[in-house]
Amino acid sequence: MTTTQKLIFQVRRDIVRMVHSNNSGHPGGSLGCTEFLVVLFFQIMKRKDGFDMNGFDEDLFFLSNGHISPVFYSVLARSGYFPIEELSTFRDINSRLQGHPTTHEGLPGIRIASGSLGQGLSVSIGAALTKKMNGEKNIVYSLHGDGELQEGQNWEAIMYAAANKVDNLICTIDNNNKQIDGDLKDVLDLGNIESKFKSFGWLTINLENGNDIDEVKAALIKAKEKCFSGKPVVIIMKTVMGNGVDYMMGTHKWHGVAPNDKELEIALNQNPETLNDY
Amino acid sequence: MFGYKNLGNNDTRSGFGAGLVEAATQNTEIVALCADLTGSLKMNDFKEKFPNRFFQIGIAEANMIGIAAGMTIGNKIPYTGTFANFSTGRVYDQIRQSIAYSNKNVKICASHAGITLGEDGATHQILEDIGMMKMLPGMVVINPCDFNQTKAATIEISKYIGPVYLRFGRPKVPNFTDENQKFKIGQGVRLIEGNDITIVCTGHLVWHAIEAADFLKNKGVSVEVINIHTIKPLDQEIILKSIKKTGCVVSAEEHNTIGGLGESVASLIVKNKLVPMEFVGVNDKFGESGKPTDLMKKYGLSTDSIVSKCEKVLKRK
Repeated sequence: MTTTQKLIFQVRRDIVRMVHSNNSGHPGGSLGCTEFLVVLFFQIMKRKDGFDMNGFDEDLFFLSNGHISPVFYSVLARSGYFPIEELSTFRDINSRLQGHPTTHEGLPGIRIASGSLGQGLSVSIGAALTKKMNGEKNIVYSLHGDGELQEGQNWEAIMYAAANKVDNLICTIDNNNKQIDGDLKDVLDLGNIESKFKSFGWLTINLENGNDIDEVKAALIKAKEKCFSGKPVVIIMKTVMGNGVDYMMGTHKWHGVAPNDKELEIALNQNPETLNDY
Repeated sequence: MFGYKNLGNNDTRSGFGAGLVEAATQNTEIVALCADLTGSLKMNDFKEKFPNRFFQIGIAEANMIGIAAGMTIGNKIPYTGTFANFSTGRVYDQIRQSIAYSNKNVKICASHAGITLGEDGATHQILEDIGMMKMLPGMVVINPCDFNQTKAATIEISKYIGPVYLRFGRPKVPNFTDENQKFKIGQGVRLIEGNDITIVCTGHLVWHAIEAADFLKNKGVSVEVINIHTIKPLDQEIILKSIKKTGCVVSAEEHNTIGGLGESVASLIVKNKLVPMEFVGVNDKFGESGKPTDLMKKYGLSTDSIVSKCEKVLKRK
């Protein structure tokens, strides 16, 4: 088993255990984005040791769909931003691991609060513009839910980034086609996401299987190669919600529901402990 | 009037424009963002002098707030500029999450606040912005009274690290404060010393409070006038010290009486020293089109309104 595979099993365990421990949180989207975040943080991003808010001379990542905080917290902890044991405080009182990510409690690795949807792309554009002003050649990465694109602010930001050649930005859309009330096409059909981005002037990359490590890595490398060409880059990443836990897969039912004791056991049996549980 | 002289009418938004250029000359980290109102916000000079630090966002205020929040990551100090209505109510959630809760060093600069926006009418005349902004934990709320003070405030907020809401207006109004004043965030300014009534005022109403004090002086009433340019954090000491002496207070502001400076003062006196209080402000109404001076009269924001509330509060002592 490769280190990346080990990490993915372990992050999945972290996710279901965190959500189970407090009987609250969002496992579905978290599991769907596990491969993406592990590959991004461990194989793609240029990161410095330690954490400072300004993030000079390194790549930055912004999570716009803040409700998938379990996967974000797990990947941050396993990347060394804060002690792995702190994952046990998820959603507890006096914890730095709030239900949705925030800078407010000073958790290293977080640079903006998110949770109220649709704001992360604007923030990422701002950070990317500052990198340009500061003469840096680093990249800003962002992750968004597909349902989140129903928020209008995204389209202000998509328009702005293309018009102003924000080309040090790689935005990824988690295209699992699910939202709280059901399938995207039934709640509010987004139509063709790629053609929408294209018509706004973005470079687009289709990632057919966002739960395949090699495909994720290849898409991110391709996206990096397309940076600094005068256009912003978007990866439309097809994922399966709840990936890696069979009974959670492919349904919106596990968007924001925690597994019970028995369900947790099944989930853990499907994902062996590879790097020590928190 | 008590040594205060109108140095010539000027608009507070021009004070912002002048202050922005001066602050940006001193500090190269300052950047400015505007949502298609560069001329109205008097940001043209900044744009000409610092083209690489000026960002035209278009008519997309939510995106502007988010971009400003993101720009702070890497040490920039963004000043956003649009009308007060679009600086607050339109983008409340963006400010709340991306700026206030995230504690980002963004200066939200809002022109055309209040009813003196005039002819454009109620869609643009926000009278609720102070209330919305002061409710956000950690947000500093500043509403200077004239050109010179707005300029000084614009420069001073660049030295403060944290989110600030800076509110100013459209019409040309008397410019009477010192050109070289030292602006201190959170520190009220006693403009007139008096013994009978305290007027706690902010923004365009400060000049009218001076006029009211002058009128009442001729009737034998001694009025103390305190300019509260910073509504949050409120200078509690200067207000409590004054009302301890005068025993009554009138608040005056170009804002809804619900949620404004008056409510902050009322809260203060309830918790410390209860005295009779009257409110000059818009009484839970939307505005309408008209000339600013006519609207000020109609909506109870004139010198006469302050005088009559002073007379009323005196009777309640």
